Order: sequence, then C-alpha cells, then structure tokens
Amino acid sequence: MIELENLGKTFGETRALIGVSLTMSEGSFTSLLGPSGCGKSTTLRLIAGLDQPTTGTVRINGRDVSGLSAAERNIAMVFQSYALYPHMTVRQNITLPLSMRTMTQLERTPFISRLLPSARAKMAENDKKARDTADMLEISDLLERKPSTLSGGQMQRVAVGRALVRDPVAFLLDEPLSNLDAKLRTQMRSEIVDLHKRTGRTFIYVTHDQAEAMSMSDRIAVFMAGRILQVATPRELFERPETREVAGFIGDRPINLIELASDNGELPAPFEKFAIGGKDIPARIVLGIRPETTTIDPRGALSGNVERLEYLGSEAIVTFRLSDKHVLRAALDASQRLPAEGERVGLRINLDAVHLFDAETGKRLRATLESRESASGNLESKVEA
Amino acid sequence: MTIIGRKIREGMTDVQLAGPATLAMLVLIFLPTVIVGVLSFTDYLFGASSFNWVGIDNYIKLFGDETGRRAVVNTLIYVAVVMPSSIILSLIVAVGIHSVGQWSTGAANFLRTAYFMPVVATLVAMATVWQMLLHPSLGLVNQVLASVGIPGQEWLSDQGLVLYSLAVIGIWETVGYNVVLFLAGLAAIPRHLYDAAQVDGANHGWDQFWIVTWPMLGPTTLFVLVITATRSFRVFETVATLTNGGPGFASDVLVFAMYREGFVYFKAGYSGAITMVFFFFVLTLTLVQFRIFEKRVHYR
Repeated sequence: MIELENLGKTFGETRALIGVSLTMSEGSFTSLLGPSGCGKSTTLRLIAGLDQPTTGTVRINGRDVSGLSAAERNIAMVFQSYALYPHMTVRQNITLPLSMRTMTQLERTPFISRLLPSARAKMAENDKKARDTADMLEISDLLERKPSTLSGGQMQRVAVGRALVRDPVAFLLDEPLSNLDAKLRTQMRSEIVDLHKRTGRTFIYVTHDQAEAMSMSDRIAVFMAGRILQVATPRELFERPETREVAGFIGDRPINLIELASDNGELPAPFEKFAIGGKDIPARIVLGIRPETTTIDPRGALSGNVERLEYLGSEAIVTFRLSDKHVLRAALDASQRLPAEGERVGLRINLDAVHLFDAETGKRLRATLESRESASGNLESKVEA
Repeated sequence: MTIIGRKIREGMTDVQLAGPATLAMLVLIFLPTVIVGVLSFTDYLFGASSFNWVGIDNYIKLFGDETGRRAVVNTLIYVAVVMPSSIILSLIVAVGIHSVGQWSTGAANFLRTAYFMPVVATLVAMATVWQMLLHPSLGLVNQVLASVGIPGQEWLSDQGLVLYSLAVIGIWETVGYNVVLFLAGLAAIPRHLYDAAQVDGANHGWDQFWIVTWPMLGPTTLFVLVITATRSFRVFETVATLTNGGPGFASDVLVFAMYREGFVYFKAGYSGAITMVFFFFVLTLTLVQFRIFEKRVHYR
C-alpha cells in the first residue's frame, strides 16, 4: 500500500504540488490523470524518491520512506523516453538493476568480475532471470542488440523488462505509451493490464490521455494545477464528476458546458422549459450535457439549427445552434436519418445524465434539472442529477 | 528543363558552395605539404638558387643525431604527460562545475570563465606570467614552497625539470578548453538516464558516473582526446618564450626545432623533414584514436 499525505512540492516560486493526499491499495492500478504541468509526474517522482517533497510524507506499506533513495524504496519505473542505457545491450540493460542490488562494488568491476567465483555465480543467476523476463515479454531474440537498433515498441518492452526483472514493490509508469503510434498504443495498453494481473503488484500510471486512464485503471486521480480534483473509479468519474473541470476532462467526446443565469431555479431561453430543483441554487449555473445523451425528437423541449455535421461512420457529431449564445454538440447514431445542415430539429436530452455545477466555484450542485412540462407527459423524465 | 540540365545546375551549386574552401585548402595546405615533403629529401637552403637531392639523409640526421632525437623524444614525453593529465583533470573539473551549476548558475559561470581564461589569453603574454611565477628567487611558487620548508627548484633552467614545468603550463593551457567541451557533453546527457540509474540502484555518484556519465561522454572524450593530442604535439610558444629549447636542448621539441632549423638557420630541407615527422605523428595518433574509439563511443 502506498499512501501520500498532504504532499507539497515547490520549485523556486512555482508551487508544483499542493496538499496531495492519496492512498493506493496493494495490487491496485491507479492512474494519475491530468493535462501537462498539472503535477502528476512530480507526484510520481516523489513516490519514486527521485525528488523530495517540500511538505508531507510518502508511506510505503506503512513505513515513512522520506530520505530513502529510489533503490531503497524498491520501486520500478518505466519512463516516457524509456531511458535505456544506449551503450549496453538489451541483456545488460535488463540485468543492471539486479547486479546493482545483488553484487558488491568489487564484483561489478569489469575484468575482476570474471575472476571472482561469487561474481560469476551471481551473474549467471541474474542472467537467467533476465532471460526469463525476456521470454515473458517476447524479446528473447533482442537480447544482444543495442537500444538504438530497436523500434519504439521494442524499447518499450525492454524498459518494462528492466522494471519487471527485480520484483519491485510497485511499478511506476510515466506516460509509457505516449511515444508509440496509435495502433501499438492500444496493443500495449492491454499488455500492461495483463502484466498488472499477472504480477499482482501495485501499478501507478501517469497519463494525460483520459481514454488510457479510463480503460486501464481501477481508480483515477484527476490532477489539475497541482491539486487532486477527484479520486474515483472510471465509472464514478464519468457519471458523477465532482467539478466542472473533471467533467470537461473525462469522456471521449468533450462534454457541453453551458453557463446560464438562474433565477431561483428558473432558467432563461432556450432552456425556459426546464427548471432546477433543489435548495440554495446559485445565481449562475453550468449545465453539463454529454453529447451522447442528446437525441433528435420532434417533441423535445429544445430545438436547434444544424450548424455543422461531422460524419464518423458509426456516429455523427452534430453541432446545433440553440440560440445566439448557445450551441449544443450531440453524438447521433449514424444508422438513423441524419438532419441536413441548416435544418431545424427538436432535441431531447436525457435528464438523468445532466450534471449541474456552480458557475463560480465549479463544484457539483446537489440539485436536479427538471422539465416544467413533465406533467403533460410529453417530455423528459425527472431524475436526480 | 531536362533532368540532365537540372543535375548540371545542382552540380554547379555544389561547386559554388564547396569550391572556394576546397581550392583554398588545396593551395594553402595540400600543395605546401607536398612541397615540404619534396624539400625534405633535399639540402635546400632558403634563398639558395639550387639544391641537391640527398635522399633520406635529413631523416637519418633527425633520428640519428643526438639533438634531433632529443626533440622527438621530448615531444613524445610532453604529449604523454599533457594529454592524459589534461583530460582527466578537465573531466574532474567539468563534472564539478556541472554539479555546482545544479544549485548556482552564477558560480558555475564564474568557474567556467576562470577556467576558460587561459584559452582566450595570449599564450606569449601568459608565458611571461609563468616566468615570474617560476622565477627561482622571486617566483611565487618557490616562495610558497619555502614557507612550508621545501627547497625551491630552478623550474625552467634545470635540465631534468624544465620539460615537466612546460608540461604543467601546457596542462593549464588546455584544461580550460577541454572543460568547456566536457561541459557541453555533460549538458547533453539526458536527465532521465540518471533517474533510471537511480531507480536501478545507482545511489552513489560513483556508480552513476560509470553507468551513465562516462559512457555518455564517449563521443566528447574522443574529440577531446584528438584535440588535446594535436594541441600538445604543436607545443611551441612556451618553449620559444621561456626556454628557447634549453638548457642544452632539454626542452627542445619538434615544432621549435622546425622553427629554429627553418627560420633561424634557413635549412629548409632539414626543417621539412622535421615537419613530415611531426605530420606523421599527429596523423597516426589521430587515426589510431578514431580507429580504436569510434566504434566504442557511438552506440550502434
């Protein structure tokens, strides 16, 4: 188990990390997700022991590891750039972490190592482990090659092999797939998930790609501007984002965030057919409507002109202009008839899936979006947002 | 326009770009080298209207004659002292300045400038400073030694010491340049390799040096090796200003002998032979270094 307690990190004037607390249970797969510069990589470096926090503590299995070096924490890390040693063969790259641990300075000295029986025995043992690891990752035929002769995917595997070979407490992966092409990335994604299942170790995965985080992890910590905004399972994160930023970051297709004035729950046009149910409704609110929760319905409470239509095969992303100020993007099933550009159509939104946020603080509201015409029975059902 | 026409035009551009420099190199370097090579087999004197072919007599004289052999051996000793000392020292200094730079850019810049000073300063002027420092009675070096009870030495007039005194000045002169080269090499080492080494268990600076720094400096070290070798083979200014090759040819070196024979005694033939030997040494050393190290420093 890895616990972060109130971690803070300051570089000169810049506060890279502010009060980050997070618990990662044994054997879990946690993603640290956020845009670049949000502090996720800094957090990873603090866990690894490559940097020391300005405030707060890191505990591994209940033990405060402040002041322990990266190696003493027995944590393995895969770097975005792979960080393979260019002068060593794949075999040497994989055995290095073993020889650094099991062999003394003298035993590691070139030439002398060949003379000492103890060094020879250890080298043989390390070599066997390296070969087993290479077999597992299907890179046995690359063992004598230098990194510069490998492809990106192969280097990635070697980097994983180097992390895997010594049975670490946890694996830290820093954007390991971002240098690969799209196809290979999807393949490596499932390989990493497999690896997690097989090893049963704690995985901490840093990424800026929400799809990667959603598809791989048990839990996701969303970072923004040095703080954790929300820690939740991928499903919770999608269904109940705690802030407007999280809602904006999660989801394959960007969510519609529509800011409106609200007068005691009454909404202005074009949302005049809706009202907000709940107490203490702020003066300005934000509606979060996912593109895939909107459908075309002639009897819908909204209507809009088709401004742009992007046909993607299985679906089409349609931008509707609701009024001068507001547009709504919807992902429509492309097997149905699609509206033509300029056409005016009725729209129905799934009230279950609408998120409400305070426009000022960005926090999720304990309130619901209701249809004022639901009594007439022609529109949306009312469900707690 | 036809393909051939375009090729000719492109060829013309190539000639315009590379032509002048190539021409200058042929006229100013290759041609003189050939002429000097030819002269080295003659007894030509500057200004003389004729010469005789003497075969390899000049070379026999250089290697057979005590004075000639002295210059060759002295040069080799000088290179053997300056080259490794300068490289090891500058590597240590560069690593030091580089790590100072991690916490204070100002201090690192100051140190870098201080070490680079000898490179930009006129060596002839600096030699005068060294002459003062090494002066047997007034010099700072002997005074400092005396204050700790060590007897002073005649640094520049003792036959056994003079070459090593000059070598020390040579090291001082080349270290600054090499430090700058090594610093550039150090700055180019990706930071994540050190991170990886740390994660892999290289906790100490020493381990990190052997796992990351030294191998990653390979190409830089090769370059520094070649530059330092040629620079120390060319030692001339300090000899000319401080010792004139003396006392008793104890600090005579190839380039100084070349200058003396050619420009003082006008023996163009003999001077040419020295030049060819010098040329051969530098070329061989450079080739050997490239042959041995090139494959080892570029990790392919």
